[in-house]
Amino acid sequence: MNPVTENSISPELIREHGLTSEEYEKIKRLLGGREPTITELGIFSVMWSEHCSYKSSRVHLKRLPTRSRNVVQGPGENAGIIDVGDGWACAFKIESHNHPSFVEPFQGAATGVGGILRDIFTMGARPVAVMDSLRFGPIAAATAASENRGGTAKSEIHKNHSLLEGVVGGIASYGNCFGVPNLGGEVKFEACYSGNPLVNAFALGLVRRDEIYYAKAAGVGNPVIYVGAKTGRDGIHGATMASEEFSEGSEAKRPNVQVGDPFMEKLLLEACLEALQTGAVVGIQDMGAAGLTCSTCEMGARGHLGMEIELDRVPQREAGMTPYEIMLSESQERMLLVVTKGREDEVFRIFEKWGLDAAEIGFVTDSDTMRVLHHQEVVAEIPNPALTDDAPLYRRPSERWEAEVPREMPAHIRLSSPGDMTPQLERLLASPNICGKRWVWEQYDHMVQTNTVQGPGAGDAGVIRIKGSQRGLAMALDGNSRWCYLDPRLGAMHAVAEAARKVACVGARPLGATNCLNFGNPEKPHIIWQFSQVIDGITKACEELDLPITGGNVSFYNETLGEGIYPTPVLGVVGVLEDVHRTVFSHFKGPGRAIVLLRGSEPGDATDAELEFGSSEYAKELLGTVWGFPPALELEKEAALQKAVIEMIDSALLESAHDCADGGLAVALAESSFAHNIGVRVDLTSDGLAAEFVLFGEDASRIVISCDRSYVSRIQQVAVRYGVFADIIGETKAGEFDIAMDGRAVIFADVARLRQAYESALETALTAEPGR
Amino acid sequence: MKFGVIVFPGSNCDHDAFWTVEQVAKQPVCFLWHESHDLENCDVIIVPGGFAYGDYLRTGAIAKFSPVMDSVSSFAAAGGLVLGICNGFQILCEAGLLPGALIRNTGLKYICKPVSVRVENADTPFTSSCEERQVLTIPIGHMEGNYFCDDATLARLQRDKQIVFRYCTADGETTPDANPNGSVDNIAGICNPGGNVLGMMPHPERASEPELGGTDGFQIFQSLAGALAAK
Repeated sequence: MNPVTENSISPELIREHGLTSEEYEKIKRLLGGREPTITELGIFSVMWSEHCSYKSSRVHLKRLPTRSRNVVQGPGENAGIIDVGDGWACAFKIESHNHPSFVEPFQGAATGVGGILRDIFTMGARPVAVMDSLRFGPIAAATAASENRGGTAKSEIHKNHSLLEGVVGGIASYGNCFGVPNLGGEVKFEACYSGNPLVNAFALGLVRRDEIYYAKAAGVGNPVIYVGAKTGRDGIHGATMASEEFSEGSEAKRPNVQVGDPFMEKLLLEACLEALQTGAVVGIQDMGAAGLTCSTCEMGARGHLGMEIELDRVPQREAGMTPYEIMLSESQERMLLVVTKGREDEVFRIFEKWGLDAAEIGFVTDSDTMRVLHHQEVVAEIPNPALTDDAPLYRRPSERWEAEVPREMPAHIRLSSPGDMTPQLERLLASPNICGKRWVWEQYDHMVQTNTVQGPGAGDAGVIRIKGSQRGLAMALDGNSRWCYLDPRLGAMHAVAEAARKVACVGARPLGATNCLNFGNPEKPHIIWQFSQVIDGITKACEELDLPITGGNVSFYNETLGEGIYPTPVLGVVGVLEDVHRTVFSHFKGPGRAIVLLRGSEPGDATDAELEFGSSEYAKELLGTVWGFPPALELEKEAALQKAVIEMIDSALLESAHDCADGGLAVALAESSFAHNIGVRVDLTSDGLAAEFVLFGEDASRIVISCDRSYVSRIQQVAVRYGVFADIIGETKAGEFDIAMDGRAVIFADVARLRQAYESALETALTAEPGR
Repeated sequence: MKFGVIVFPGSNCDHDAFWTVEQVAKQPVCFLWHESHDLENCDVIIVPGGFAYGDYLRTGAIAKFSPVMDSVSSFAAAGGLVLGICNGFQILCEAGLLPGALIRNTGLKYICKPVSVRVENADTPFTSSCEERQVLTIPIGHMEGNYFCDDATLARLQRDKQIVFRYCTADGETTPDANPNGSVDNIAGICNPGGNVLGMMPHPERASEPELGGTDGFQIFQSLAGALAAK
């Protein structure tokens, strides 16, 4: 029987579905020459959207390294999985929810967390940690004025405040209720995110190595069971929205954003994990983007089987929903299960216990086709490969692009007035990208589940223990989009290196990575060039650091009114500590300890320093100008540095370790001083460089460590073995923060005063009225 | 001698309390399902933290109607030991086992951080391992932790030594600045007149093992284990 075809598919309708006329012709070909039904058109529209099909990115993503000894599951499933020892594996992934969060910040961010959590527990893993990488436009006039764009309007700053508050509130509300600790992440500000905030949510779950589940249909005749929340009209075409640029009227898309129910998700988690324990479930997938459509055809496709479902049996929130609406709804907190025939009741009983809907809506077929019935009529019948493997694949044109910035240091920049640099340090510590983010992370429950060894603000990476084992897991998110803007390939390498370095700084061995790639419109050749460069950079760095990418997400079309964001790859790196009790924090523990600077490479010469300084936070914030290039990065030396610091921590030689990154050495030292009011007495040599370069330059591959004096020689032995420099630069000192250069004092302050600048800045910016 | 941890739909600190009792305090413990009236001969009932029923109507407002709460009320009336932590405290107030209510924090935001609390009454089965006026560092994590009651109730709580914990500075001063959520009289935890029902906003199970950053909270579990042993 042919599906009911109403030949009402007009060119406008095709366009409204985000499909080109060529794509429409391809649809007809794949359907054996016939016109699609309206339901089928909707199904193709979401499955072929950029968000679901990765049609512009797939050719590039293939280059990423995805294998290692530890990888249990690479890209292609709901989440990647690595083996972490003692019979445990961890599932983790990062995903964007940028577009919904701009339209409705609270629910957009909340459902972003909900979506990534389902990706984790659909693998059978219990979520044990989340983190977020957030990017917004300027939140203070001072930042805005320094952007060389003639400042940012007050209304825009207000808008950014409310976006930040909404997003943080949404993340908090969802994660806190669900009961998963939020271990931090990053919050960054650049003018390019004003119309396009980025909300990238990361989640990690633990699963026994032999209890992993996959999103794959198996067993012809097995029932297909729908569980969780009822289907409503919310979120229809969310995936399509995420595949378009924003224009003036984008706020009108609010109905496209789903509403999250973390309580429902918590019940779904418990019920699903309990159902998996019965052994009656053969496959499970969440209904996220493209809802029932995506889960039905993807599970079928993975198992090389088909599914037939009857929409009348789908639990519905409202009457009169059309097949089109039911198939495309992105209502949250729903899952699709394939269960062994005859064991349905075991599963139903569990969902009933947790008060959740569970309905048999269809069965697995041997046809390789998704067949959808409504009121006894076939409303869609599509071969699965047409929606998955045969989806369009574009090798879009690419064109080399240069950032519109001077590459040389502008002549008007005056550096190195020798003297007191304390005010500059204070301003840098209070700048939005560097300042303390306590206002954000105190709204997140970071302690629930009682595994948190290092929460947000404690160390360079989040650290949790694994109950019943000595082991621990460390995780960090990192990205520096300004560096990617100046040089996408090098910037991306830095993102990998720094995320891994942060994990190494708590003593964990980095084992795997996930990436969230946020870019502008891929139909523009320069955006594809940026994307391709970033993929090259990630690939190179991952290969050198022996880090497989196990999954992630691409978010294109991050443009509003044609204005794109900086190319923004965000890397999430996960590492393992064999003994979690050996982890070290980033802060100094007591006075009189030696402070050692570990460096992978020798510092560059004065010319390098000048070119690279233009990419620093200091240049952006205090000089109001960006120029030059990101710092050079020697990956082999970076790898050696990370191995060295991991060995030092494992040998219990260190009291603290802190990645020396944004804001340079002076900021790293200050950050290590705050927790216990233990400052420094440090002597630096300028070697003829400007004081700013030495104090605030952001050379890569550096770690500030502190240790008992008696361990210095052993530390230096380890360093020599790895070819890493380890110079004593000073010692810790209670309450005071003194840095001298070439014997002259350049920074002298109370730790408390610096801490005050660092801790109060964010809240002050958010509560202050912008403008003068 | 047995602990029971209640599981409501939406409880999310149930496993944490269970772990602390079983693995740290080394006491027998079981979960108690919200739909059951059977307290399975437990000697201490823990009403754990979380978001029972999503806390959607009002924190604890739906949980108090759970079948298990009928049994907990009778158990408490007969002198049984009941510890409510965070959402558990909110539920005990809603259920009328403790006076007053917990309303939205004055800052209107969720707060998760370690706080100092002073032990105001060390003569309860929950605090017998502590010293009077001892300062404990225990984390809070809540949106509705702002304890409120009328003046007459407050006077009674003060008079009868029902205030068990008050928010304080690291030095033990109960200043307004040390109050994270606006609670009346810096109240962080109270007990009933019989001293057998305690509600507290801080999470003692989150400060019971050194790798989590502190062990001050363990004194609550230690006191309870001691109280049971003495029975």
